[in-house]
Amino acid sequence: MSETADRVKKIVVEHLGVEADKVTEDASFIDDLGADSLDIVELVMAFEEEFGVEIPDDAAEKIATVKDAINYIDSNKG
Amino acid sequence: MFDLSGMTALVTGASGGIGSAIAAALATQGARVALSGTREDALNAVAAGSGGNMPILPCNLADGAAVDGLVPRAIEALGGTLDILVNNAGVTRDNLILRMKDEEWDQVIRVNLEAAFRLARAAARPMMKARFGRIISITSVVGATGNPGQANYAASKGGLTAMTKALAQELASRGITVNCVAPGFIHSAMTDVLPEAQKEALLGRIPAGRLGEGLDVAAAVAYVASREAAYVTGQTLHVNGGMAML
Repeated sequence: MSETADRVKKIVVEHLGVEADKVTEDASFIDDLGADSLDIVELVMAFEEEFGVEIPDDAAEKIATVKDAINYIDSNKG
Repeated sequence: MFDLSGMTALVTGASGGIGSAIAAALATQGARVALSGTREDALNAVAAGSGGNMPILPCNLADGAAVDGLVPRAIEALGGTLDILVNNAGVTRDNLILRMKDEEWDQVIRVNLEAAFRLARAAARPMMKARFGRIISITSVVGATGNPGQANYAASKGGLTAMTKALAQELASRGITVNCVAPGFIHSAMTDVLPEAQKEALLGRIPAGRLGEGLDVAAAVAYVASREAAYVTGQTLHVNGGMAML
């Protein structure tokens, strides 16, 4: 597992208060992890802070799964 | 009760009668308060009257870019946090609808409603992170009842009330409350110049038999800003001596 994936999963676990083994790469934030739209906004804020990336609104809207987040961060971090 | 020690606040329109009373009341309860307004000398006078130590942040609320920068400036000046945002600044450009100019409509909506939106948007992020926040907008009895000659002003205050209800629902789960305090007729430079006959007529409509004072409004703000008011959100607290019971 990549280092990005580890850090993303840690944030998701802390933020949504879910079990670590539920946070698979295919897990959907809303459908599988019980996030609401405000949780997504907060997760994006947390990712931006952790990785020093800017995630614009149109990109944030496309982030539905843990894998989507990891991929976006890996291809956009400095 | 209602102790604000350790909390930080930003008050817009802080040089006016109501705004300066709000700033003083929050400071008296223990909050560290940043003052915003357009007249820097008047803000300095308010800060000096409260024993100084209040950051002064001049800002023209008709300028969207300047408004967007105000919350970050306040957070920096207050040492990294903002717990309480008080949208107090407001302007009037009264006219009958048939004579109301586009500019008169636009100015009032921009300062009274749009600036409050921009400030709330900027404050929501740090407040969400902190899992605590108080967004308080000073509206007006005329936002609920209407008033001839004030289509723009009444619309701006009614708009603020509705925006408050929407934000209250969005942010409640993060420990942020969003409320309005709605003054009636408050003793001010504006009411001082009214003709005696008009003052009499006005008082006849106020069961309390007097105009309100800045402190009457400020005390209500201090309450909704407090930790004890955590279960009050999306509401309007009317402070009008009973002239409208809503």
